[in-house]
Parts: sequence; structure tokens; C-alpha cells
Amino acid sequence: MATSLFDKIWDAHVVKTAPGGLDVIYIDRHLIHEVTSPQAFDELEARDLPLYRPARILATADHNVPTRNQHLPIEEPLSRSQVDKLTANCAKYGVELYGLGHARQGIVHVIGPELGLTLPGTTIVCGDSHTSTHGAFGAVAFGIGTSQVAQVMATQCLLLSRPQRMRITVDGELRPGVTAKDLILYVISQLGTGGATGYFVEYAGSAVRALSMEGRMTVCNMSIEMGARGGLIAPDETTFAYVEGRPYAPKEAAWDQAVAYWKTLFSDKDTVFDAEHRFDAAAIPPMITYGTNPGMGIALNGHIPSEVPASEAESFDKSLQYMGFQRGESLLGKEINYVFIGSCTNSRIEDLRAVAAYVQGKQKAQHVEAIIVPGSKQVEQQAIAEGLDKILAEAGFELREPGCSACLAMNEDKIPAGAYCVATSNRNFEGRQGPGSRTLLASPLVAAITAVQGRIVDITQYLN
Amino acid sequence: MEKFQTLHSAAVPLPFENIDTDQIIPARFLKATTREGFGENLFRDWRCNADGTPKLDFVLNDPRYAGRILLAGKNFGCGSSREHAAWALYDAGFRVVISSYFADIFRGNALNTGLLPLQVTDAGLSQLFAWVEADADTQFVVNLPEQTLHVPAHNATIGFEIDPYKKECLINGYDDIDYLVSQKPAIEAYESNRTWTW
Repeated sequence: MATSLFDKIWDAHVVKTAPGGLDVIYIDRHLIHEVTSPQAFDELEARDLPLYRPARILATADHNVPTRNQHLPIEEPLSRSQVDKLTANCAKYGVELYGLGHARQGIVHVIGPELGLTLPGTTIVCGDSHTSTHGAFGAVAFGIGTSQVAQVMATQCLLLSRPQRMRITVDGELRPGVTAKDLILYVISQLGTGGATGYFVEYAGSAVRALSMEGRMTVCNMSIEMGARGGLIAPDETTFAYVEGRPYAPKEAAWDQAVAYWKTLFSDKDTVFDAEHRFDAAAIPPMITYGTNPGMGIALNGHIPSEVPASEAESFDKSLQYMGFQRGESLLGKEINYVFIGSCTNSRIEDLRAVAAYVQGKQKAQHVEAIIVPGSKQVEQQAIAEGLDKILAEAGFELREPGCSACLAMNEDKIPAGAYCVATSNRNFEGRQGPGSRTLLASPLVAAITAVQGRIVDITQYLN
Repeated sequence: MEKFQTLHSAAVPLPFENIDTDQIIPARFLKATTREGFGENLFRDWRCNADGTPKLDFVLNDPRYAGRILLAGKNFGCGSSREHAAWALYDAGFRVVISSYFADIFRGNALNTGLLPLQVTDAGLSQLFAWVEADADTQFVVNLPEQTLHVPAHNATIGFEIDPYKKECLINGYDDIDYLVSQKPAIEAYESNRTWTW
């Protein structure tokens, strides 16, 4: 029978099917961070349970860490206490920690792939909804709650119902200035913020195949923003080339064995999906969001919808009121005061290169504060090695140290109430970047151009 | 986890769609390392002004509305996987959230916290909002064993679906972890049968 990529991986991880039909699924990789793990460690202790497979866990401090002076003790006492607790728990239970000061510290969804821990065919979980990022490698990866973090710590397994499968096919070529970020913002704007709830999404089609691994990570990262349990892409030569030689990637004979297996990981030709969507890559414009969920996206040079279904009107208008926008309005010309380039969606070296390539020899607008927060120490070092730090500094952009930063504003990096921020992150929820902050999601290229122009512009007229 | 069987309560209406977990509990309040106390900051930025004073037009500050049931617009709990959102609702006294649609991770987190996500149809939800709008004191009876939501004032009973296993867990106060730990022999057997080494 024709089997989907998702089902091939899921089936290979079924320990047993429990009475009632739920599956006990084995988890290959468990990523933890300081915010959603402390209560799980406490639960182990309260139940007097050992940590079952510490070698299958990777820990990092990313969510609340400062992005300046990481060599100094964390000033904010609650953040410091959470990071200290993670350090203590990792030491106590024998978990490898890529904490502050480590040469490979960074955002959990950036360092997993960098280390070669994220591999095709694996199951990966983390107490973070953007775990879907790892699906870019052909892994079944998804976010979990803290009770489940404790379950994986105790048993390396989760009790789950098999989700439905959706395929999103994007064929054709993306237009100049249109990136992976625009592709996924476009898809989410078409399906809506709950449009894939209950599904695991496979992204397919020539436009997806043509993306680099980093572009694929950006796409899979935002699967959760349309409610999907996760998103994944069949592994191919692009995937293998990225993974080969990384610290935790299989070596020598094991590599050959792994690649032979990974090459079987694709949806069989006649696979029937529970839902299918197709899009034409050439029809995708540079995108931006105007509202308070990631489904509220439009073409950068488009207009905010004038009409919405009556049942959605109250929520829609509440959202526009928060953003200070009107129905039917264009965003072109809107003054922007903050630009944030970072997050597990867009903080990798290709993102920094795209920004540097545009801003080289230019200056950010005077009224704009532009910060770039690399996804990891490795990205930061690479940027410095390539001289991107100098280009960015000369253009007036501030290159910070790695962390989740202003994506969720758990640390000091906040956008003031009422201010507009063009952000390369993944969520534009009310207050996401600080109480009262107004977020417009876009690609790194759109963010860079916005920072230089100081307002929203139709980027097609500004491409280098 | 506390057992859940039946609940008799009025409901607090929040008729907005796509209420995300950043609204339920903003990220800056996620720095505690225990499960308790999150209720204090439930819907913080909708409930309070920047200076901490209450926003009087928000439903949780409206003395007409009280109860252990939250009635919310569709796609409740989207966004972040933070279980703190379910903990905050529970800590603030809620035991049931009624909506026409729940985000997957929130649904799972709620069930693991002892908070019942009760899904009704879009039309059913509109009817419930209308009844609560007409009379803030409208009483609801949630019966988990029977899988029914009863509204005595309107002599209406609505059935709801729930995974049979999760239903048993809620009724008996069991966690998945109890079951998974009991499966250790099967998990060890699975590990030893794997052919790959990576």
C-alpha cells in the first residue's frame, strides 16, 4: 500500500499500540531549554523516577538569555534562576548542556541541525512549538507541553494519536525578492491560523525542493502557525550534503547505511493524503502581516481586506484596532521604528548574508533601531569570519549574541508599547514582543529594506 | 492530577477567535520554575493596564461574570506549546474551556493538567454565547462520564466527544506517565530491536 513519508517514520517508531488505539511512540531526540523543563525535572524527582536515556537529550539556554554581555552573570534574577536551574538539573541527571559560554550555544532549533543531531527519519520533540523546524530534514518533529517533557524524560516515549496527513505542494519558481519566508507566510495566509490543525503537513513540489536546508527550516518552522502538529520535507541530496560531516552525524559505514535508509523516506507515488493544497510559486509575492496572528498576511504592496465573514468581524476589528490599522488600507509608507532580525525562523547564516548583501554601503534610517540576533554562536562566528559583522555595523545594525530575544521578549529585548516592529520571527500576537508592541512579520530581505528606508516600501523597486 | 467527573457552574464568555497562549499567559511570566501561581497573570495584558490597575471592561474584571467554565471563540489556545497556559487557567479556578475548536498542543496540555477542553459546534457555541449574554448567571452542567453539557434554563443537552483513554484519565486522575512507565519492558524491547545506530 502506498505510504506517506510521515507514516513511514511514525510506523518505524511505534513501540506498541495501546488499548483504545493510541500509539506509544519512541522519541529519538529530546531537546530541552530553561523555560519548559524545570517543572518536568521536578516531576521526575517527585515520582522518584530516573532520567531514562540522558544521551538522547540536548539542552541549551536560549529563551530568556540576554543578547548582550553573555560572559557576565545574567542580571535579571528570575531568568538567572531558570538558567541556573537548567544547569543544575543537567549536571544532576547527566544531560549534555550547550549553555551560555559554550561555543555551540544557541537557539535550540538552530543548534540541533548544526550539530547533526537532527537527522532524517528520526522523531524529535521539544517543549517548544517551533520544534517543527527539524521536519526540514525529513524528521517527525513537534512541540510538546511540560507534562510530556516529563514523560519523555521518564520513558523516551509519548502516548499519541496518529494525526491526519496534509500535503502542500508548491511548484514553479519563486520570483526575485521572494524567499522561503514569503512562501510560508503566503501559505498560512491562504489556509488561516487554524487551517492545518489536526494535520501533519508534508511540503512538496519543485519550489520546495529548490530551497536550501535553511529555507526548508524556515518553512517547516512556521507549520505550527497554521495549527499543524508539524511539517516535514522528504530528505534528498540537499539534506545529505548539509548533514554529512557534522559532529553527531553518522560516520563511515554508518553514514552509508543511514543514507541508504534515508533514500527510502518519501511519500509513495499513489499516497492518498487526508487533505491536499497546491500553490504556484510564481504567484507568491513578498509578504507582510498586518494583524495579530500569522494568518493575517498580505502582499507587501497589497491592501488589508475590507470584507470579512460576519462571524470573524469582531476578532478582526479588535486585531486591527490593536495594530492601529484600518480595513482596506495599504501598509506602504507606514513608518517603522524597530527592525528585529532573528528567531528560530530566520537567524541562520543565509539570513544574515541576505541582510548584509542588501545593506552593504547603505545606512539604516535614523529613526530605526535595527538589531540582528544570530541563532547560535556558530552563526555569529561564521558572520564574523565572513566580515558580515563589519558590514552590518557600518550600516548601523547592531549584531547581538545568540538567543530567542525579541521574538518572545522574555529577556530585555522588547519593543515599546505602540511601536511598530518589522520582525523576521514567527508570531505577531498581541504583546508578543513586549506589552503593546505591534509586530509585522516579514522576510530578512524585507526587514533589511525596511530598516534602510525607515518605512514599509514595495521592495521590488529597491532590490539591489 | 485531580479527578474530574461533573461540574455545575456559570460561564465566563470571551467571544474572540484564535486566542493564543501568549494572551492566556504572556511569555514574561514564564520564569517560575514551579507549576503554581500562574493564575495571577492569566490574560494579564487584557485584564490589566500597564500600571497593574484592572481594565474594567474586560470580562474577568466584570462582577456579573463568574464560574469555573471559560466560553471562548474558535481555535482557542493556538501558538506556543507552553503548558503554563493550561496551568494558569487551572490555577485561576477554571476546570472547563468550551470552544468550537482547540489548537492541538493546548488540547493535550489541558488534558494533562486536569482541565477539560470541551468542543462544541460553531452553531452550538454561538447559542451558548447568546444564552450567557442574555443572562450572565446561566448555569451549565458538564457531565464527563455521560459526555454531556446540560443547560437547565433552556432544557438543552449537548453531547461532546473525547478520546476514551483521556476520558478515563480525567475521571480517575491518571497521567500518561503512569501508563508509559508501566510499558518499560516493551520500550526496552523496541530499543534492542532497532537496526540503526544513530
